[in-house]
Amino acid sequence: MLKDITIGQYFPGDSFVHRIDPRFKIIITIVFIAMLFIGSSPVCLEVGAVFCLMSIILSKIPFKMILKSLKPIVMILAVTSVLNLFLITGGEPYFEWKFIKITDQGVYTSVFMIIRIILLIAGTSLLTYTTSPIALTDAIERLLSPLKVFKLPVHDLAMMMTIALRFVPTLIEETEKIMSAQKARGADLDGGSIKDKVKSVIPIIIPLFISAVRRAGELATAMECRCYNGGNGRTKMRQLKCSPSDFTALGLSLLFMIAVIYVNIAQ
Amino acid sequence: MSEIAEAVNLEFRYDEEAELIFENLNLSFKQGEMTAILGHNGCGKSTFAKHLNAILLPSGGKVYVDGIDTADETRLFDIRQRVGMVFQNPDNQIVATIVEEDVAFALENLGGPPQEIRRRVDEALQAVGMYKYRLHAPHQLSGGQKQRVAIAGIIAMRPKCIVLDEPTAMLDPVGRNKVMKTVKKLNEEFGITIILITHYMEEASQCKRVIVMDKGKVLMDDCPKEVFSNVDKLKEVGLDVPQATELVYELNKLGLSLDTHITDENECCEALLKLLS
Amino acid sequence: MAILKTENLTYTYSQGTPFEKTAVDNVNIEIERGEFVGVIGHTGSGKSTLIQHFNGLLQPTLGKIYLDGMDIWANKKNIRNIRFRVGLVFQYPEYQLFEDTVYRDIAFGPKNMGLSEAEIDGRVRRTAQAVGLSEEVLEKSPFELSGGQKRRVAIAGVMAMEPEVLILDEPTAGLDPGGRDKILGQIKEYHKMTGNTVLLVSHSMEDVAKYASKILVMNESRLFCYDTPQNVFRRSEEITQMGLSVPQITRVFDMLRQKGVDLNDEVYTVKYAVGLITEELRKRGKIDA
Repeated sequence: MLKDITIGQYFPGDSFVHRIDPRFKIIITIVFIAMLFIGSSPVCLEVGAVFCLMSIILSKIPFKMILKSLKPIVMILAVTSVLNLFLITGGEPYFEWKFIKITDQGVYTSVFMIIRIILLIAGTSLLTYTTSPIALTDAIERLLSPLKVFKLPVHDLAMMMTIALRFVPTLIEETEKIMSAQKARGADLDGGSIKDKVKSVIPIIIPLFISAVRRAGELATAMECRCYNGGNGRTKMRQLKCSPSDFTALGLSLLFMIAVIYVNIAQ
Repeated sequence: MSEIAEAVNLEFRYDEEAELIFENLNLSFKQGEMTAILGHNGCGKSTFAKHLNAILLPSGGKVYVDGIDTADETRLFDIRQRVGMVFQNPDNQIVATIVEEDVAFALENLGGPPQEIRRRVDEALQAVGMYKYRLHAPHQLSGGQKQRVAIAGIIAMRPKCIVLDEPTAMLDPVGRNKVMKTVKKLNEEFGITIILITHYMEEASQCKRVIVMDKGKVLMDDCPKEVFSNVDKLKEVGLDVPQATELVYELNKLGLSLDTHITDENECCEALLKLLS
Repeated sequence: MAILKTENLTYTYSQGTPFEKTAVDNVNIEIERGEFVGVIGHTGSGKSTLIQHFNGLLQPTLGKIYLDGMDIWANKKNIRNIRFRVGLVFQYPEYQLFEDTVYRDIAFGPKNMGLSEAEIDGRVRRTAQAVGLSEEVLEKSPFELSGGQKRRVAIAGVMAMEPEVLILDEPTAGLDPGGRDKILGQIKEYHKMTGNTVLLVSHSMEDVAKYASKILVMNESRLFCYDTPQNVFRRSEEITQMGLSVPQITRVFDMLRQKGVDLNDEVYTVKYAVGLITEELRKRGKIDA
C-alpha cells in the first residue's frame, strides 16, 4: 500500500524530452508553470495545454502514467471545484435552492481551476518522469551554484537530497516490515478513535526513527571511508553539456510564454 | 616495505573512563595476503578494523598504513585511498541513487578528472561482475549485488588493501558465495591485500591466514588448518569449526587417531576411507 | 488433526499489473501438532510469503488455510485472534523494539490480547527466563542491550503470547556462532517444554538438520517436499541443484558412497555420523565392542 506513493518516479527512456539537459528542463518547467499562472483566459490555458500535450507526445511517456500521477490530486480537485462552484456567486445563476446558488461564473472558474491544476501536475510529473533523480539533483545543484556567493551550502543541500532519494525506497520497505511485525504482535493499526490511531503509530514510528538514526551513522562512516569531505575539491563523473536542441526546446517554451502574455494583453 | 598495515603496541579506549579494548596489540599484514579475523561479537575485531583506515585513532601505540602513521591528519586521504572498508549492511553504505554514480563517489570526492573517473568506474564494476547493472537503482538489487557494488566503490580508488567487516553476515548463501568469489578474485588477480572479518568458518578456511581474537587479544594466528585443529580452544571462545573437523575431533576423542588438520569434505572422505578399509 | 493445513494455497503479488508474480503456487501441506519444522528454500522461493499466510498477515489469492481445522479467513474480524495463536518472529526482530523497558516490550503482545495484569506479569517473567534474560534486564531499556540480547527480547515478545504455532524467520541471522547456538538451544527447549509446533526458517542446513523433525523445502514458489530430514537429505543432489546446500557432513557421506562405502543411511548431523562410523568400525572388527 505504501508502495503506491510515487516520489519523483523516473520512467527511463531515450526520447527528445529525456535527452534535454536537466538544467534546461527545470527552467522550461518553471516557464511552463509561470505560463499557467499568468494566463487569465481560456485561450491561455489552451496554449498551455498544447505545449503540455506536445511535450508528453515527444516524451513517449504512456498517457496512462500521466493519468496515474493525477490520481493523488483527485481529492484536491474535487474540493477546489466544489468550493469555486458554491462560493462564487457573481454572474447568471443556473440553479438556486435556499442558500445554494450555482452561477455561470462559478462553473467557469471551477472548470478553469481544474484544468490549470491538471496541467500543472501533468507538466511537473513529466519533468520527474523524464529526468532521473540524480540528474535532477545535479541540475538543481548547478542552477543554484551562483548562490554559493551568499554562503548558501548548495553542495550540502544537493547531497542531502540525493541521500533522501536514495533512502526513500529503503525506508518504505522497512516501514512495511515493522508494520507487519507489530501486527503479528496483535497491534491494531486500523484502530477506531483518533487517540487509538495516534497510540497505534508509536510502535511503528519509534523503531523507524531508531533505525534511520543507525543507518545515518553507518552511512556517515562509509562516506568517510570513501574520502568524503563536503564539496571541497569535488569533481563529477557526469558532465552536463547543453546542445543546440536544448536551446531549441527552451526557445520553444519561451515562444509559448510570449503567446500567453500577448493573449493576456490583447484582452 | 612489504607490510601494508601494521599495529604496534596498539592501545585503545573509547573515552577516558572506558575500559581498554586493546592493550599492547601487535599485528601486521603483508602486501597481497588474504587474512581472516575470527572472534565472537564484542571481541574487538571491528574496533581493530576501524583503526586500519583512521576511522578510529589509537589511544596509545601506533598504526601504520603503507608506512604512514594513521594519526597524521594531513595524510588522511592517502590512508583511506590505500585501505578501503566494506561494512556489514549493504544498504547503509550506498550513497547514490544509481549504481555507477555510487561507484564514482570516492573518486569524485578525491577530485579526479571526469574521463578518468568514468574509466575506473567501468573497470571496477567489471571486476565485481556488476557492469550490466550500472544504471540500476540500489533498491532493485539483491543484498549480495549491493555488497558487490559497495566493493566496486572501494576498488575504484585502487586501494592496496580492503578490510571487509562481516560483508556476508546479512546475505543468503547465493549472495555470500558471489561476494566471497569476488573477494578472492581481487586478491588473486589484482594482488589486493584482503582482511576479512567473518563468523563463517568456511570463509575463513579459504584464507591463507586466520587470526582468532578474544577480549582484544590475539588468541591464535596461523594457517586455517592449524587454527581449526584446536577445536576445544575455539569452542571455548564461542566459535565453530567445519563439520568435517568436528567429526575427526569427535572420533579422536573416542580413541582413534585421525589427522586433526582436516577441514574439507575431500580430506575427510579420504581419511574415513582409510580408516574403514 | 493437523494444526496447520493449506489447501491449494496460491498468492499472487500485484495482480493485474505488469509486475504480477505468483510467489506461492498451489501449496498443499499438513503440519502436525508438536512438530519442529525446518523451512528452507533460497531467496525468492516463496518461503517468506508462505509463512506470512500462516498467521493471516497475507490473505491468499486462492485456496484456504486451516488452523486446527478452522478456516482462518472464515471470519475476517477474527484474524487478529489468529495472530495470537500463530506467533511470527520476523527477520532481525530487534528492529521492532520500541518500549522504554524490556518488560513493557515483551508485554506488548500479551497486552494486545487483553489479558489480566497478573497473567501478563507471569508470562513476561516466564518467557524472559526461557530466553535467558535476567530479572534486572527487564527494567532496562532494550536499546542498551547487546545485539544478541535484543534479539532474544524480541523473540520473547512473541513467545509471551503463548502461540500454538511459533514461526521464526531466520532467528540467528547475523549472530556469531555462540549467539546462534544459544538462541537455537532456547527455541529447542521452548519446543520441548510447551510441546507447541515450531517452524524455523533458516539458510543453514546444518542448523535445520540439527533441530528439525520435519523439513519443508520451497522451490520456485512451489512446495518441493515436506518430509523427515532423512528423506529430504536423501535427495541431496536435487537440493544442491536448487542452489541450496546440504550439510558438509552429508556431502562427506555422499562422497563415501560414491567411493563404494555405503553406510546405508542418510547422515546429516555430526553426532549421528560418529555413531555410524563407530558402529561400522565395530562391525569390521577394527575397534572393540
